[in-house]
Order: sequence, then structure tokens, then C-alpha cells
Amino acid sequence: MRTNYRSWLIPIVILIVAVVWVVLPTNPGINIGSFHRSIRVVRGLDLQGGLRVLLEADVPASQDVTSEQLTTARSIIENRVNGLGVSEPLIQIAGNRRILVELPGIGDPEQAVAAIKETGLLEFVDPGTTNQSEVIALEGQVITTDFGEPAGSEPPSPPETSLTPETAQATVDGTAEATQGAATPTAGAGDGSSPPIFYHTVMTGAVLKSAGVNTDQTGVPYVAFELTNEGSTLFGDYTSSHVGQYLMIVLDKKVISTPRIQEAITTGTGSITGNFTVADANALAVQLRYGALPIPLKVVESQSVGPTLGQDSLRKSTIAGIVGLAVVILFMALYYRLPGLVADMALIVYALTTFALFKMIPVTLTLPGIAGFVLSIGVAVDANILIFERMKEELRGGRTLAQAIDLGFSRAWPSIRDSNLSTLITCLILYWFGSTFGASIVKGFALTLATGVLVSLFTAITVTRTFLHVILDGLGVGKHARWFGV
Amino acid sequence: MDIVGKRYWFFAISGLVIIPGLIGLLLWGLPLSIDFTGGSLLEVGFDSGLRPQPAEIVALYKSLGIGDPQVQTAGDTDLVVRSKPIDEQVRAHVVDEMESRFGGPVTVVSFELVGPSVGAEVANRAATAVGLATLGILGYITYAFRGVAHAPRYGVAAILAMLHDVAVVIGVEAILGHFLGWEVDSLFLTALLTVIGFSVHDSIVVFDRIRENQTIHRRLDYETLVNHSIVQTLDRSVNTQLTVMLTLLALLLFGGVTTRHFVTVLLVGVFSGTYSSIFNAAPMLVVWENREWRNWFRRRQPASA
Repeated sequence: MRTNYRSWLIPIVILIVAVVWVVLPTNPGINIGSFHRSIRVVRGLDLQGGLRVLLEADVPASQDVTSEQLTTARSIIENRVNGLGVSEPLIQIAGNRRILVELPGIGDPEQAVAAIKETGLLEFVDPGTTNQSEVIALEGQVITTDFGEPAGSEPPSPPETSLTPETAQATVDGTAEATQGAATPTAGAGDGSSPPIFYHTVMTGAVLKSAGVNTDQTGVPYVAFELTNEGSTLFGDYTSSHVGQYLMIVLDKKVISTPRIQEAITTGTGSITGNFTVADANALAVQLRYGALPIPLKVVESQSVGPTLGQDSLRKSTIAGIVGLAVVILFMALYYRLPGLVADMALIVYALTTFALFKMIPVTLTLPGIAGFVLSIGVAVDANILIFERMKEELRGGRTLAQAIDLGFSRAWPSIRDSNLSTLITCLILYWFGSTFGASIVKGFALTLATGVLVSLFTAITVTRTFLHVILDGLGVGKHARWFGV
Repeated sequence: MDIVGKRYWFFAISGLVIIPGLIGLLLWGLPLSIDFTGGSLLEVGFDSGLRPQPAEIVALYKSLGIGDPQVQTAGDTDLVVRSKPIDEQVRAHVVDEMESRFGGPVTVVSFELVGPSVGAEVANRAATAVGLATLGILGYITYAFRGVAHAPRYGVAAILAMLHDVAVVIGVEAILGHFLGWEVDSLFLTALLTVIGFSVHDSIVVFDRIRENQTIHRRLDYETLVNHSIVQTLDRSVNTQLTVMLTLLALLLFGGVTTRHFVTVLLVGVFSGTYSSIFNAAPMLVVWENREWRNWFRRRQPASA
């Protein structure tokens, strides 16, 4: 039995070396041939600052959102986010109609939210019989087009198609949702004076090949685009037959630009000018480049944390963790003597292994996640306490030390197994709760607690037992029951 | 040490904690955070030290047409404003207005927006999660104790002890929430779920000893056996309790304000969890075994023979 457990010594030593290597802050990452992987702590938004947005499909509850639509929307958002230059974004589908976006360290949450959630449906619209001055006056306003309407449908009744002045969008709750529906214009408060008009969409952003930002001679930014072959033909045909007339460029049903067609454009290139800042133009170009979202989205939850609050929280919880660990180590050594010291070694292996796993998996460390980790230090010694109390009983019952150790472990095992399994069941349910709802904080907590429970089972049992036997054999402490606190 | 014999005393102590808490709950309710009600929470720092009065912020929100503003001070320079949901654009506008009205730079420490539908959904999901966890644990304990007589009793007793801890935590939260202005948020929920896990964990350790002793001491009557098992596991219960409390105290003292509420809830819950596993869960098995409820409403008789 004893030699059996000594055979664990070498794997444990290898584990400790590996774990210490992973935990070292200077860890260079894994680079084997073409395989590269950096190893470092992934900090949650609450620890490093940033923006977290939960988006939901903005369609009636009765309408199904297919997983394909969500996947497409997810990858478009991912492209847009990358276009904004955010490092390490997290974009996840949460449940069956939501997408969770986390952007660490972002400076301008307002612009980021705008760039992410806008549908990004670009339309080139024929103003029809509307005269020149009216077309220009439409700039910045929301119009109704025939794109996305069921074929052959009659123009809707006046209240639904009335023009909505931009000011009407700034409702009390500030959401511009009323203007988001691509296929269902629900503009409410019309000014009543404009006649209802159903404009014809010549082509959409789907025929765009690329889009980028340029500035003109005076430094005003504009978006330059290039069309696909199909788009070039459509645009060429339309512009040749409408020279001298106006064209409306419409984004998410809002007119953003009304250029005059100077000549037929057959080269397949063009530009959108408007009252843009560089950031606006950039966001628009990003949206156009990656296409329109298959479903309109609205923000149902968002959270932004300033970077200083995050750093402060991280520093404080690190201190709390170290103090907590130190106090538990002291308690175990004082109360259980030699086995206590062995349990302390196992506890340090536990803390290092768990932290190494957090870095490897990687588990995103959040504030409650750290609290869960610190709490798990207290729980991790529970298995050792159960075993040592059992060992003491066996020693008092007259067993030899070696027997008492083995009996202590085997008798304590059922209670360790059953109690920890019940904790794991709770973790599993918390994880499910966190991931279907998109509550990454709860999910992170469940994951850190479960990792802690599993690692502690290994360290408190195998590591402690191996160390105890090694020390027992090496030092001949078998005659000194007092060292075991009996 | 006779713990089981004094079981009604220990039940009474539980009652002394739970009943005032539940009265507090009925009187004041649980103040729900925007995680459940929906809304916005904006924390801003006035770094120049010229922090405006809360009433001035309320007036500013009202003038912008944003409903239900509630303002609290935080630290020396910060203000926390809760209101009806506002989005990032409106938030930026609010901050600009603050800068122009009160002078000096305003930094956004944190900003949260939760849609009202999300809040209701979280509450529902959480209730489902608790329900599922309860069933899972009940099922597992019944399975783990299948070797002893009346295995489901152990599951039910563990769940009752767990409900005891939930009642303690919610009662304390209602009272502290009323006096300290704490709100029930998703972190509170996480803490509560942890307490549930911990409570069952502790009960199982005591039950395990009863399970083991039943096969060793077949002659002992059940009450003595349960008491013996509790006493045997008492050292472990107290020591585990101590280590967990020590780590939580470290978090409470050094962990900063953000997790203070969370850690306090855990402390209360962990303490209650250990108490209930020793003084409620195991004695309840004896109450059940003796079917003592038949005597509860009769004329005074010694409750424990």
C-alpha cells in the first residue's frame, strides 16, 4: 500500500514543476513548431474595464429566430468589432435569440454600441417623383422603401408610412428601436404634412465589394465603396438613365446622403458623403464592409466599467486571496501539526494548479470568480480536515500510524465524494443558468468553483497521502503520534 | 454531549433568527436591483472634488425627461444614479450635461443597462435553477443513501436544512437591505446558490457518519446513534467552518467594496449552513423516526423522551 502511494511522487513532482512554469508571470507561452499559444490570465470586464452588451433579436416574440440567423449575425458582429480594432473581443450566442458581446478595455462605449447593433442595411433609393428640394430636405429623416416588403404588396396606409422626423426618435428612453425594423417600418409620430411615399430601392449594400474611409481635399471624411460586377451593372444602368437627378443613400431606413447623379457611373465605384466625423465614417465603412445583419437587434443589457475601478478591484481581491490563503495555512499547521503542514503543501499545490488551469483553459477571471476561488481555498482543506479527524480517531483507537493514515483516507472518502458531488451538481446548474441567460459573471463563478472542487479532490487526497507516506518513511516519525496532534 | 436531546431548543434558536427576518421581509420586502427590475445604473466620479448634491442630479435627470432617478453617494467623489433605462447615447448626453452644469471633468466609473424583460427572465431562470438544484440534490442523496432504511428522509432533511439557510439568508438580506440600502442583484443570487451547495455539503458529511454508524452499531437506538454521529463529526464541522469563515473574512476586510455585499451574504449563509447541518438536519431525522409531530399539539408532554 505504501509503496503504491510512493509511486505517485514522481508524477506529482512533474505536475508541480509544470504548474509553476505555467503560473510564472513571465511565461512565454507554448511554441512548438507552428503551434503557438500564449498563456496568461484572461481578466473579465469587471477587472480590466470595458463594455459588455447583451443584444436581442428585435422581432415579435412569436417570430422564430433561426440559429443560422444568429450565427450569421454573430460573425458579422465579430467582423465589425475586429474592424473597430478591439483586442480580445468575446462574441457569444446566448440562448436562442440573444448575442453577448464583451469588449475589454474599450474607450468609447457609445460608438462601439452604435457600430455593433445597427442593422447596417444600405439602400440606394430612387426618389421617384419627389422634387429636388424635397429630396434634400429628406436628409437625416426616416423613409419607407419597398425593399424587404412582400412582393406585390400595396403601399401601407398613411399612418404607417408617414415620415418620422429625426427628433421623434429621441424618445424618453433614448432607444431608437422604432427605426430599426428593416421590413416593418413602424414610424409613429409623423408630422402629418408629408404625404405617405413608398420609395423604390434600386439596390442594397449586398452588391458592395468593399468600403473604406477617405478624406477629401478639405479634410472632410467620406466613405468610398466598390461594387461587385452585378452591382456595377445595376448602378451603371440606373445612373445612365437618371443623369441630372438625385439619388438617396439610405442606411437603416434613414437618408444619409442625397447626391446628384452628374454622369453615368459604370466603373463600379462611388462614394457616400455626409455630415460625418472620422469615427462615424469609420463605423459606417465597417458596417458596409461586413454586410447587413440578417435580423434587427436591440440592446437589452449593457454594462461598462471604467479601467480604474477594475484595477482597484483586482488589487484588492488579490490581497484578500493571499491573506485568506495565509490564514488557512497557519490554522492548519497549528491545529493539525505535521499533517497540517503536509496539507498546507497540498493546499499550495492546489492554489498553483487551479491558477494554472485558469490560465490554460482559459477561465475568464471575474470578481466573483476570484471570490469563488478564495472561498474554494477554505473548502479545499475540508477534505483534509475530514481525513485528519478520521486519522486521529483511528490513532486513539490504537492503530499504528501507517494503518491510521490509510484508514483515515478510506473511511473519509464516502463523505468527501458525496458532499463534493452535491457541490458539483450545484455548479453544473449555475453554469447552465449563466450560459443560457448570458450572465457571464454567474457562469465564471460556477466554472471557478467547479475547477476548484475537482483540483482539491486530487490535491487533498492523492498529494497529501503521498507526501504523508514519504515523510513517514523518510523520517521514521511513526513513533511520534504527538506530531499528529493526538 | 447531548445535542439531539436539546433539539427543540436548537429549532427555537433557528426560529429566533428566521422569524424576525421574515417579518422584515413582509414589512419592507426585498429591494430588487436593476438586474431584476430593469433600468440603468450610472456611477460617475467628480474628480475635481466638486460633487453636486443628489437633488441637483435628480433635477438634471428630470429636465432631460429620464424617469425615476435615485441618487446615492459613493466614496468621496462618486455618485451612483439609478433610473429608467437609458442607452449609451443618452448616457453620453447626461455626462456632457453634468460637466457643463457642475463644472469640472466627470469620469464614468461604470454604467449598466438592463431591459425590464431581462430582469423578469433572470428571476424565472433563477427560480428554475434553484428548483432543479433541489431535485438534483434530493435525487443524488436518495441514491447515495440507498443502503440505509428510509433513504429519501435524508434527502428531505438536507433540503429542509437548506431551506432553513435560504430563509436565514433572505431574512438577513431583508433586514440589512433595509438599513444598509443593499439590493438583491445577480451576485446575491450567486451567493445564495453557493450557500445552497455548501449547506447540503455539510449535511451530507453528518449523514455519512450516521450511514456508517448504522452498519457498525446495530444495537444502538436511532436517537443515540444520530447524536453520536453528530459529536463525532463536530470537530470537522467546526474546523471546516473556521477555515471557510477565515477566507471569507479576508475577502470582507481586504476585498474592497464591490464584493462586500456578496461576501457578507456568503458569511451568513455558510454559518447558517453549518449550524443547520448539525442542529437541524440530523435532529430532524430523529423527529421523523419518532413521528414526534403526533405529540406537538397534545397537552404538554416532554417532547424528547
